[in-house]
Amino acid sequence: MNGVRKDYTTQVVLAWLLVGIPLLWGVYKTLLNAWQLFQ
Amino acid sequence: MSVLDREKIVAPMDYNRWLVPPAALCVHLCIGQAYAFSVFNLPMTKLIGLTDPAPEDWKLTELGWIFSIAIVFLGLSAAFTGIWLDRVGPRKAMFAAACCFGGGFLISAVGVATHQLWIIYLGYGVIGGCGLGIGYISPVKTLILWFPDRPGMATGMAIMGFGGGAFIASPLSVWLMGHFKTDTDVGVTSTFVALGVIYFVFMLIGAIIVRVPAPGWRPAGYVPAAQPRSLVTDQTVHVDQALKTPQFYLLWWVLCLNVTAGIGVLGQASAMSQEMFQGQITPVAAAGFVGLLSLFNMAGRFFWASISDYIGRKNTYLIFFLLGILLYAAVPSTAKMGSVALFVLCYGIILSMYGGGFATIPAYLRDIFGVQYVGAIHGRLLTAWSAAGVFGPVLVNYIRQYQIDSGVAKADAYTITMYIMAGLLFIGFLCNLAMKPVDERHHLEAENQPAQ
Repeated sequence: MNGVRKDYTTQVVLAWLLVGIPLLWGVYKTLLNAWQLFQ
Repeated sequence: MSVLDREKIVAPMDYNRWLVPPAALCVHLCIGQAYAFSVFNLPMTKLIGLTDPAPEDWKLTELGWIFSIAIVFLGLSAAFTGIWLDRVGPRKAMFAAACCFGGGFLISAVGVATHQLWIIYLGYGVIGGCGLGIGYISPVKTLILWFPDRPGMATGMAIMGFGGGAFIASPLSVWLMGHFKTDTDVGVTSTFVALGVIYFVFMLIGAIIVRVPAPGWRPAGYVPAAQPRSLVTDQTVHVDQALKTPQFYLLWWVLCLNVTAGIGVLGQASAMSQEMFQGQITPVAAAGFVGLLSLFNMAGRFFWASISDYIGRKNTYLIFFLLGILLYAAVPSTAKMGSVALFVLCYGIILSMYGGGFATIPAYLRDIFGVQYVGAIHGRLLTAWSAAGVFGPVLVNYIRQYQIDSGVAKADAYTITMYIMAGLLFIGFLCNLAMKPVDERHHLEAENQPAQ
């Protein structure tokens, strides 16, 4: 008898948001500072 | 604590492997804070004086030791805990790393509150440094097991997090110190407590998420190549045996020389850009330049490690060394041309390859020595990082000073350094060129190979 396959999509999205949001925020702040170089 | 044991985290066959890289990133984004520790240096010189340093306040030179001790213990703990880590699995290792790193901050907060520098050396330096080392190598083998089809990309994602951790830690620390600052307190103690709790919780989430694949699990549609590539082994070399092979030492020098070239420049990037482009690059713009280099460093970790899955690790390092030689040789010309854009581009690519070197090495080790002891071997190899951390800045700083003392203009003082860096990369190129498969006598016999 086959067991029901669990869908992990929600966990995957949440896990990537957990690490992605802080990382993108940090990259955004760094790019803002780096922009000074070309002004 | 059975919930931490490897046996308790074996994933079901239908587990989604894309949950594992975020688990690794939870750890690496936290321990990457180490690159941003310098934001605490100036505030910690004014703990008593508050607005200006008082005579009893700590000196910058004394505070510089905190980071140095942490990096030394990163290397030592990675080297000595690798075998333990391979045995107990990633969850227990990540939990240990969270306790050490978060706990290191809490102990350091006590050191700041009581103004005892040795407590900070012990807290952030020794205990936090062990958290750095254990955390750095904890997800590597697990990621390689989950992504046998793309091991470079998988480990590149995690190690990219170590490069990106400073982007989060730097503005977060500044914001927290501003938040906790009062008329009688610069806010460092409370910031350390807050960071200790935040990092502990974040790393704990990674430890909760992480799973190891069930024995025999393979990604859907993945069929191992019947005839592996020439430098990719399907055998196992024990960590102790790996240290008896020339391949380990060749890779040690490959990593050390690649890192030496990059780390020396990274440490001096601000001063170098201002001196080579006097009047063109201001101190504020130079800070932006350093941030931009860090972005290239982070992006290169993912980009180059992913590329290595297609072109092979040896070819990837050949590109690092050959392109690096060309770019280092070209940097003085960009300064003479007065082209900031070309200068930034050259250094951006150089720093992307610096990060790429870190991120590609775990997959290179897996190719050469097999997957079984890759965590432990990686830990031992990271001593090359500690050595490069000394060589690189010393080379750049001393050669620059020697040039200036000899009457060379500041703008030209880096030219010789660039050529020496190119020379170091050429030696690295030769080491990489000499890489061959490990001799069969070093392979572990099939009956002695432990289960994954």
